[in-house]
Amino acid sequence: MLKRRIPLAWKQLTKERGRMMVAIAGIAFADVLMFLQMGFRSALFNGAVQVHNVLDGDIFLVSDRYKALISLDRFTERRLYQALGFAGVESVSPVYLSPVQWKNPENQQVWNLYAIGVNPADQTILLPEIRAKTAQLKQPDTVLFDAGARKEFGRVPQLFESGNLTTEVENRRVDVVGLFKLGTSFGINGHLITSDLNFLRMFRERRQKGLIDVGVVRLKPDANLDQVLQNLRSNLPNDVRIMSKSEFMNQEKNFWNTSTPVGYVFDLGAVIGFIVGAVVVYQILYSDVSDHLPEYATLKAIGFNDRYLLSVVFQEALILACIGFLPGFAISLGFYQVTRQATLLPMVMTVGRALFVLMLTAVMCTISAAISVRKLRSADPADIF
Amino acid sequence: MNAISIQNLDHYYGQGHLKKQVLSNINLEIKSGEIVIMTGPSGSGKTTLLSLIGCLRSTQSGSLNILGQELSNASKPQLVQARQQLGYIFQAHNLLDCLTVRENVMMPLELSNIPYATASVLSEKMLTSVGLGQRIDYYPEDLSGGQKQRVAIARALVTNPKIVLADEPTAALDKKSGRDVVELMQQLAKEQSCTILLVTHDNRILDIADRIIELEDGKLTK
Repeated sequence: MLKRRIPLAWKQLTKERGRMMVAIAGIAFADVLMFLQMGFRSALFNGAVQVHNVLDGDIFLVSDRYKALISLDRFTERRLYQALGFAGVESVSPVYLSPVQWKNPENQQVWNLYAIGVNPADQTILLPEIRAKTAQLKQPDTVLFDAGARKEFGRVPQLFESGNLTTEVENRRVDVVGLFKLGTSFGINGHLITSDLNFLRMFRERRQKGLIDVGVVRLKPDANLDQVLQNLRSNLPNDVRIMSKSEFMNQEKNFWNTSTPVGYVFDLGAVIGFIVGAVVVYQILYSDVSDHLPEYATLKAIGFNDRYLLSVVFQEALILACIGFLPGFAISLGFYQVTRQATLLPMVMTVGRALFVLMLTAVMCTISAAISVRKLRSADPADIF
Repeated sequence: MNAISIQNLDHYYGQGHLKKQVLSNINLEIKSGEIVIMTGPSGSGKTTLLSLIGCLRSTQSGSLNILGQELSNASKPQLVQARQQLGYIFQAHNLLDCLTVRENVMMPLELSNIPYATASVLSEKMLTSVGLGQRIDYYPEDLSGGQKQRVAIARALVTNPKIVLADEPTAALDKKSGRDVVELMQQLAKEQSCTILLVTHDNRILDIADRIIELEDGKLTK
């Protein structure tokens, strides 16, 4: 059994409650900053692939100039029907995508929604609300509205519940015949789902039937994904790119991470949080060590080695890390909730992220301790006689 | 047997042409159980000699033998180890403010294998014998200067050291508490039969010594 010891680190910390509170507040602040930046970052990435997620397909075809959902290029749907002829392919569905101008039915302001046009009979979108409205979507000029869209589009869900709702999309009258929920991402403020025919009606001569944005390929249950992918890639002309669902999603995440400043900004924010926390803890530990230098020198004179004193400082650092993490975590949960409500971004706390930030906090405090103990070496017992 | 035995000890500060000799040719034998007072003017090297005996500095030349262990050319861990056999009383009490009086006295016992409960009892006994039995759970900030110095004595003696080194333990105390403190040291030293080397300017306490040595310009004069 371990010998019971005098908890010097704990006593040293709790002796100066004011200072300890400052340290805890500093660490909590750093943790909140890190949690928020990481939360925004992953909300960005998760939000960016919500459309990808609900498209029911194993392989996706896009134009070779396609970059992301907000940087599209059209290609001929003939490629998709060519794909249908390959072994292992069960069915294909063309998807039309485009930002559309939506008139807010309450104040007539025009805002851009992201429209998805699919053949209702194909059931390409994995949302039960949409499957239930297949018949209505086959009617001309009908749309389904995203209940998770931002409020700039009007209180559409409430208006819809209280009766029929008609507004204009691309200056064409449409009826809202149902709701679904996808929510916002950094590039998209809300979605609109309609049939392929209605989609083309909205754009009239500006969009041409047969020039599609995404082609969805579903495989037979016994098909080998890699084999079909390879087959398609080597046999289809190279004006289309062929991706598995995960590649399709990674393409989108990579776009946001590398082709826009957003990923970098959030990484930098998290790093700044880390540095702020480290500096605060360093200040606290440094003044703690400085204040107790004669006492530490006395302990050395009594025969305590440097390792004992180092361990006291590191224990203080880790105690602060653990205590500071708790309010930081709690405050972050609150901020996540508020952010979800205010922006409809999918901000969720994960166990993995909580553990990661706890680990970062411990590392942060340990680094601060490592820097501040350099002062400890100047606690020379020969000087205190 | 000699508790402390020093032969031909020299010590220098600084390097190159700034090198200055602070101790020259010190020869000193202190027997077990002896109480020795070391006096001398400021800058005579008293503190340097005490810190060498206390294993707080490495020796440069000459021989230093503490309790039968040769410490010239000792490594740093050996010095740290040797410190544990000594009791220290400083001019400033240097108690840990965050610990109670009892815990302060228990600190040197942390280095031993003595269980916490036993250490706690030993500290209480030691504090009672320095007259602070009623104050064991106080914090140092609630004590007077003399009381703090008595805690420091209890801390120095709780491990039953064979040698106690004290640097001007009465300097910060008034006449009465200064006298009390040294008498306490004398009495406890007799009970535990330990050797005391005490540096002081204080003429009022010279009478407790078995022997008085004087240091001047780095040399022992008597």
